[in-house]
Amino acid sequence: VHLTAEEKALVTGLWGKVKVEEFGGEALGRLLVVYPWTQRFFDSFGDLSSADAVMGNPKVKAHGAKVLQSMGDGIKNLDNLKGTFSKLSELHCDKLHVDPENFRLLGNVLVCVLARHFGKDFTPAAQAAFQKVVAGVANALAAKYH
Amino acid sequence: MSLTTNERTIILAMWDKIATESEEIGRETLDRLLTVFPQAKTYFPHFDMNSRSAQLRAHGAKVMSAIGDAAKNIDNVSGALARLSEMHAYILRVDPVNFKLLSHCLLVTLATHFPADFTAEAHEAWDKFMSLVSSVLTEKYR
Repeated sequence: VHLTAEEKALVTGLWGKVKVEEFGGEALGRLLVVYPWTQRFFDSFGDLSSADAVMGNPKVKAHGAKVLQSMGDGIKNLDNLKGTFSKLSELHCDKLHVDPENFRLLGNVLVCVLARHFGKDFTPAAQAAFQKVVAGVANALAAKYH
Repeated sequence: MSLTTNERTIILAMWDKIATESEEIGRETLDRLLTVFPQAKTYFPHFDMNSRSAQLRAHGAKVMSAIGDAAKNIDNVSGALARLSEMHAYILRVDPVNFKLLSHCLLVTLATHFPADFTAEAHEAWDKFMSLVSSVLTEKYR
């Protein structure tokens, strides 16, 4: 993904303030609430019957943290997202059978979470930079699909 | 697609907050749209970069006013937006993909302005509501 120097600075600057566990849990939770069909991948997670149940579910929080941790790895390797996510791409295709559209949905939910936490600091320019990142990550995760 | 009672309650409660600064919310939503998705600028060739802010504010106010009409007539969004639906089908002809982009930018704007109110439930309700508005605005396209 190609970010200008300014965009890279915006992304790394804001990412430094991200609470990975908290934001990850919130992002995954919101994905499952806003787009309930995504719950299809999480039958083993227990109670997802209401927004409160989802947002408070410890498995959702734990898995969300893992997912955002991974996103953080991507942010440290913006010049080589395909390499960074190669193994995860294979996993999501061959074992998890996840439609890549879900990566795009999660990316946009994450942008909303960042906006909620950073408020005015999440300027249009910052959003533009992050949208490039989440699109790049989604594409990288889809790259090994066959 | 129809909104549940709970979703309608949430949408109206949020609308009350939006209404107090709807011009600014509209301006910021459009600013985000044109900044984050520059291809959307193709629909605004008449916008002049120097007076961009004033133009965004004026157009943003129009957009928010329509969204407000839809919210206040939530049982009949089709009726409330009938004229706009025709305008988009026959005159504006904005490609349908852009409605998702604008909706997303509105949600981001709501998240920045109303962090406490923009709960997961509110996020779901507004995403669904904007999806409904978008489908009404494109329902006469062909």
